[in-house]
Amino acid sequence: MLDTVTADVPHIDTPMKERYALRFGRVDRTLHGFLMLSFLGLALTGMPVLFSEAPWARTMARLLGGFTATHMAHRVFASIMMTVFLLHVGRLVVRVAVKKDYGIFWGPTSLVPQPKDLQDMYHHMRWFVGAGSKPSFDRYAYWEKFDYFAVFWGMAIIGGSGLLLWFPETFARVLPGWVFNIALLVHGEEALLAVGFIFTIHFFNSHLRPGKFPMDMVIFTGRISEHELAHERPAEYARVRETLVDAGPPSPRSWRIGRVVGTTAVLLGLTVVGLIIYAVASHR
Amino acid sequence: MRCRSVLATCVSVWLLALTWSVRAAPSGAGASDPQGPAKVAAAPAKTAAPVAPPGPTADDCLACHDDNDLKREKAGTSVTVKKDAFMASVHAPLACVDCHADLAHAELPHAEHLARVNCSSCHADEVTLYQKSAHAAARAGGSDVAATCASCHGMHDIRGSKDAQSRTYHLNVAATCASCHGNKDVIAKGHIAAGDVASPFADSIHGRALSKSGLMVAPTCSNCHGPHDIRKKGDPDSRVAMANVPATCGKCHEGIAHQFAGSVHATMLAKGRDGAPACQSCHTAHAIQHADNPDWQLTVVSQCGTCHQDKLKTYRDTFHGQVTKLGFRAVAACADCHGNHRILPASDPSSPIAAGNLVKTCGTCHPNATANFVKYDPHADKNNRERNGALFFAAKGMQALLFATFGFFGLHTLLWLLRALKDRGTPAMEKPHA
Repeated sequence: MLDTVTADVPHIDTPMKERYALRFGRVDRTLHGFLMLSFLGLALTGMPVLFSEAPWARTMARLLGGFTATHMAHRVFASIMMTVFLLHVGRLVVRVAVKKDYGIFWGPTSLVPQPKDLQDMYHHMRWFVGAGSKPSFDRYAYWEKFDYFAVFWGMAIIGGSGLLLWFPETFARVLPGWVFNIALLVHGEEALLAVGFIFTIHFFNSHLRPGKFPMDMVIFTGRISEHELAHERPAEYARVRETLVDAGPPSPRSWRIGRVVGTTAVLLGLTVVGLIIYAVASHR
Repeated sequence: MRCRSVLATCVSVWLLALTWSVRAAPSGAGASDPQGPAKVAAAPAKTAAPVAPPGPTADDCLACHDDNDLKREKAGTSVTVKKDAFMASVHAPLACVDCHADLAHAELPHAEHLARVNCSSCHADEVTLYQKSAHAAARAGGSDVAATCASCHGMHDIRGSKDAQSRTYHLNVAATCASCHGNKDVIAKGHIAAGDVASPFADSIHGRALSKSGLMVAPTCSNCHGPHDIRKKGDPDSRVAMANVPATCGKCHEGIAHQFAGSVHATMLAKGRDGAPACQSCHTAHAIQHADNPDWQLTVVSQCGTCHQDKLKTYRDTFHGQVTKLGFRAVAACADCHGNHRILPASDPSSPIAAGNLVKTCGTCHPNATANFVKYDPHADKNNRERNGALFFAAKGMQALLFATFGFFGLHTLLWLLRALKDRGTPAMEKPHA
C-alpha cells in the first residue's frame, strides 16, 4: 500500500521545479484531522441508536462494544470535537485581537459569504449546463464557505442538543422536560444532515469529483501547486502571484499519511451512507 | 381419601353393572369387570356378581411370563412381565387376574389378545377425570397416540408417585410428558398444536429448578395442567384457560396474584376482554425465565406492543426505546415506569405514572429529577400537533431543512458531475472568465 502511495508522489525531482503555495498551516491541518476523527467516531457510535430499528443496528452496536462502551466513546469523540471547535474559535480571536487581522470578516480571504459568492454560484451553475464559462474563484469558493458554516451551525445545534441530553437533570433546573424531546429529535435529524452532507456532498465537491479524484491532498499536505492554484482559484492566484512564497513540495510523509487517512475516512463515510440508505429503504 | 375411592369404586361398579344389565351387552371385557380386584369383591356388592372361585395367582402367571423371550405366536410381540419389576410395583399385592379379569377363569394357554385392562375398576375417580381430558377426547376422536393410563403410569411396573423411580414422581413428570410432547413423531401424528413444549420447559426457570436444583416445590407439568383432567387452553374449565391462569400461577405465586388482581389487566381479563393479558402473555407458558433476565425483560416490551401499538411506536422514537431496541437493558423499558403486575392507568393516583408520582418514578433512574424534568414526554409523537406542538413544528422544520439542503446540493452535485465528466481530458474548457 505504502509503496504504491509513494509512487503517486508528484514529480518532486523534476528539473523544472514547481512552486507550492501554503494553503493550510500545520495547526489547521491537525485540527481538521481531529475534526475528521471525532466526526467519524460520532457518526459510527451514534448511528446504531438513530437507526435502532435497522437490520444492521444490533450487530453494529455489539461490534462497537455494547452500550456502555459506545455511550462513553460518543462522549469522548464529542469532547474532542468541541475542543477542536474551541481551539479554532480561540485562534480566530487571537488573529483578530492580537494580530489585528480583520481580513477574516470581509474581503477575498474571508470565509464570510459575500455578494461575489452568489454571483459565483449563479455562474458556476450556468457553467454546469453549458450556458457560460466557469467563474473565477478566490481563496474560498461558495460551497467551501457553506461547508465551513455548516460546521458552526452543526456545532450549535448538534453540540447544544447533545449537551442537553448528556446532562438532562442539570438543564432541567431551568428548562422544561419537553425540551429534551425536541433535543433528541433535532440531534438525530441534524446529525443525519451533517453525516449525509459530509459523506456525499463534501466528499464529492472536495475529493471525488473528476479532476480531484480520488482525493484532494491539500488538507493533509497543506500545499497547493502554483499550476493548480492558477487553474482552480484564478482570482486568488492573480492576487498572490507576485508575492507567492514557495512553501516547498508536499513532504512524502504527509502525503502518505494523507492517503491512508483520507482513503480510510472516505471508505468509512461511504459505508455509513450505504448503511443509512439500507436502513431507510428497509424501514416499514 | 382411601374411603372416598373405595366408595367411588363401589358406586362405579354398581353403575357399570347397571349399565350392563340394562343394555344386555354382549359378553366381553365389560361384563367381567364387576368381578375385578379382590378388595372390591370384598366390598358389599349391590349387584348379583357371582362369587368366583379363586383364580390363578401372580406366581402362576409369572411362571410363564417372567421370560424375556416370551412372544405372541402370531404377532411376535413380547408378552414378558418381569417379576422383579412387578414385585416392586405398587400392584405387587394383586393377582394378575385382578386387572386381566378376562383371564380369571380362562383355560391355559389363554388367548393371545386380552381385553383392555380397566383401571377404573379400582381408580374410578381418576378415570372419570381422565374422561374429561384432552387426551381422552383425542382417543375418542380416533387418535392412537393420545395418552391413556399406561402411557404415563406404565403397565406392570407402576410405582406410587412418592417413589423416586416412578414415572409420576414429581421430578420425573416432565420427562414422562416429554416422551410424547417432546417427540416430533407423536406431535405430528397427534396434531399437537402447541408443538414441542418439552425443550422450552427444560430451559425454563421451572424446568431448571426441577432438573438442576431438584426442587420438589418447583412446578412440573401437572401442577399447571392437572394430572388426569388435562384440558386444552380453549376449554373454559381448563386450569390454563386465559381467565384461570392467574389463579393457577397464584397457587404458588400468591403474592403476585394479589398484586395482579388489582391491575387494569386483571379487570379486563375478568370482563373477558379479548387480548387482556394473563401471566403467560408476558412470561410465556413454558419458557418462563427468571424475572431478572434482561433478554426476557426486553421481549416483554414487544409483548406490551402487541396491544399498545401506538405507545410502542412512540417509545421507539425515544432514547429509551432506541437503546432497548438494540438489545441493551441500560435504560427504561415499559415496566420500569408502569410497574409490572399491578399496572394502573395514569388517572389512578396510586399508579407510578400518576402525575403526583412521576418525580419519584423518573427519579429511580434520574436521581435529580424535578417537576420540571418530568415534563419530558416518554411517548412524544412528532406527528401529534395537539399533544407535542413544539416537537411537531421542530420536526417539520428539520424535515424542510433536510429536504432543502439535500435537494439543492443533490442537484448541484449531479449537474457538476455531469459537466465534469463531459470536460474530462479537455481542461481548456475550464478556462475561467476574466
